[in-house]
Amino acid sequence: MSLMQISEPGQSPEPHQRRLAVGIDLGTTNSLVAAVRNGISVVLPDQDGQGLLPSVVRYLPDGHTVVGHEAELAQARDPKSTIASVKRYMGRGLKDVAHAENSPYDFVDSPGMVQLRTAAGVKSPVEVSADILRALRARAEETLGGDLAGAVITVPAYFDDAQRQATKDAGKLAGLNVLRLLNEPTAAAIAYGLDNASEGTFAVFDLGGGTFDLSILKLSRGVFEVLATAGDTALGGDDFDHRLYCWALEHARIGPVSPTDTRLLMLSAREAKENLTSHASTQLAATLSTGEPVELTLTASDFAAMTETLVAKTLQPVRKALRDAKLAPHDVDGVVMVGGATRMPHIQKAVAEFFGMPPLNNLDPDQVVALGAAVQANVLAGNRADGEDWLLLDVIPLSLGIETMGGLAEKIIPRNSTIPVARAQEFTTFKDGQTAMAIHVVQGEREKVSDCRSLGRFELHHIPPMVAGAARIRVQFQVDADGLLSVSARELTRGVEAAIAVKPSYGLGDAEIARVLEESHAHAADDMEARALAESRVEAEQLVAATESALGSDGDLIRAEERARIDSALADVRQRLQGVDRRALAAAVSALNRATEPFAARRMDRGVARALTGRKVDAIAED
Amino acid sequence: MNLKQNHFEIFGVPEEFDVDLDALEKRYLELQREVHPDRFAAASKAEQRVSMQLATRVNEAYETLKYPLDRAEYLLRLADVDPELETNTAMPPEFLAAQLERREALEAAVAAGDWERLIALSSELRVEEDALLGRLGRQLDARDWDNATASLRQLKFLEKFSEEIDSAEEGLET
Repeated sequence: MSLMQISEPGQSPEPHQRRLAVGIDLGTTNSLVAAVRNGISVVLPDQDGQGLLPSVVRYLPDGHTVVGHEAELAQARDPKSTIASVKRYMGRGLKDVAHAENSPYDFVDSPGMVQLRTAAGVKSPVEVSADILRALRARAEETLGGDLAGAVITVPAYFDDAQRQATKDAGKLAGLNVLRLLNEPTAAAIAYGLDNASEGTFAVFDLGGGTFDLSILKLSRGVFEVLATAGDTALGGDDFDHRLYCWALEHARIGPVSPTDTRLLMLSAREAKENLTSHASTQLAATLSTGEPVELTLTASDFAAMTETLVAKTLQPVRKALRDAKLAPHDVDGVVMVGGATRMPHIQKAVAEFFGMPPLNNLDPDQVVALGAAVQANVLAGNRADGEDWLLLDVIPLSLGIETMGGLAEKIIPRNSTIPVARAQEFTTFKDGQTAMAIHVVQGEREKVSDCRSLGRFELHHIPPMVAGAARIRVQFQVDADGLLSVSARELTRGVEAAIAVKPSYGLGDAEIARVLEESHAHAADDMEARALAESRVEAEQLVAATESALGSDGDLIRAEERARIDSALADVRQRLQGVDRRALAAAVSALNRATEPFAARRMDRGVARALTGRKVDAIAED
Repeated sequence: MNLKQNHFEIFGVPEEFDVDLDALEKRYLELQREVHPDRFAAASKAEQRVSMQLATRVNEAYETLKYPLDRAEYLLRLADVDPELETNTAMPPEFLAAQLERREALEAAVAAGDWERLIALSSELRVEEDALLGRLGRQLDARDWDNATASLRQLKFLEKFSEEIDSAEEGLET
């Protein structure tokens, strides 16, 4: 597996070693799960043959949960406890939620993230999303016939750190090993690029149910390089429905309606919108709970006119991304359309006019994201096939910085930096004898902190007391390949590694995840502990196999005493594998990981050196 | 490759201002193919940590060498010269006068909502930046650190102005 990839990147494991991995598109309106089967990425359907799972969860008073079509049908009947479009609330406070007053839900404003009161109690958007993911996981395990080794979950490219963290937490809560958070337009580009063997510069125009992303990618010789990304996390097909709903209220001359009727009219609006994809006019018809009938005729041009501003709103991020990539519209070789909302003819027309070419629609816009995510998941799980040697380089969508004097945001990592990325900045104390410092981490492009998103407040303690300005505190920002940020700090003059207290203002803390997991454990049929033990065993067995193979091929890189340490850690893991104590096993695994770390680094150096030496010779020969 | 090498050493390119961007990109992709975390998603935690460190380092080195101003600043730092970009704001008077004039033109264009004028301003700026970049490269290669530092500071100034034009364009769009 992994260790083999250094020396033989093309090696694929034996079929019986294939690890089951899926790609999940956790959408605002619909969610999908896909997997690579027999070398082809396919969407996994449910028992009725449906690929799309409506992202709707209904909570019943007895604690039961219904997900998907059945929940969707109950929306108008039971609007408060039937949650749709929950993605809009991920990592968001109540003040960030658009149209909260028009929504049928009973919001509970809680610190960090808004929550929803349902018949089964108060639920956080992370828990609701986890219920959707759990349904997809069950579907995948049933179809593929085994436990999942891991999953790639897609997120809008323009999701900020809080929204990403919330999504990853939802995956964990659903019992998934999240291999990677992948940006939706990038996933679509993988599916499209591999399918069409494309080369050149592409724009991915991704208008989903609730979010809009625009990414510019360069595809060349098996490399997918994201040049720039821009978007709007509160703009999607839902907004077109909402415009239509407002229009219906106005034209049918009806006053304020009940939550049930709101739901009903929103559904009729969506149906009418979908009809206009292939017809010049349609009927918007519904019978309200008061018995009052609503019957309106809607033409495509009326619809285009009332949503003109929304269409214009999508073109702003397009211009911004092009500017960041230092490109003009005519530098783009193709525009890939993604997301159900791009079926609207006037969106197609606007995009065609802007880029001066018809957009590409040859992959199903509802499926393409999940298909690309499945390809990535398969590779990340270690099932890279012969010749499958592509590389993905993605970026962070929004600048990261900290608050400085006067409430201004100072950028530390600029937007569109290729990840993983790290930057450090030095600060000093401004008072004599100061031993603590507060650091406020923010994300966004605006100058004022109040216009950016607050990601967290960090407190740095135990700074040695010195005169003002003498302490040198180095704050390091590290963004990993999931686009998630971690911060560490160190006092340089005395070399003190200062403790950092992280108080996430969004997302669930680890303690909270543990609590929710425990609660679900209480009424979950499957034994979580047994499952956890099984997962730890798989991890331990893989590590043992990888270490043995590494010792076999690169054993000459280790000194005797290091070898003895590794051997003893190996023996300990093997012994723990015989028992049933998961914690002891996990401790032995991490001890082995620690013992092999310097060895891993030297192996990596050797792999890199080998790869580059081979090519240097070529380069010299060319010259 | 190791974490102690400087950016030029990582890519095996000569330590000078003019770099072959195609060769740099090619080497960058070769390195990322070896060290990127996607290659180690199923690996041990130890390897994942090493992979993230190396991939981060490769990205940092590439970003620095790819952009001329960052590359110039890095060359100065390698020569132990502090360009004092944040603290030293001294500029030749004729340069400042030209910038003042340019700023007035920008403000007038924004006030009038004159898109064409903004585009023209930004291409004028690019011509000046290119000329200044040529000079900077010659100064760096001649190890004329004082004049190179002065050129770099002026280019940084122009870069900021170019960002202001961009946000003015953005402002006109909304």
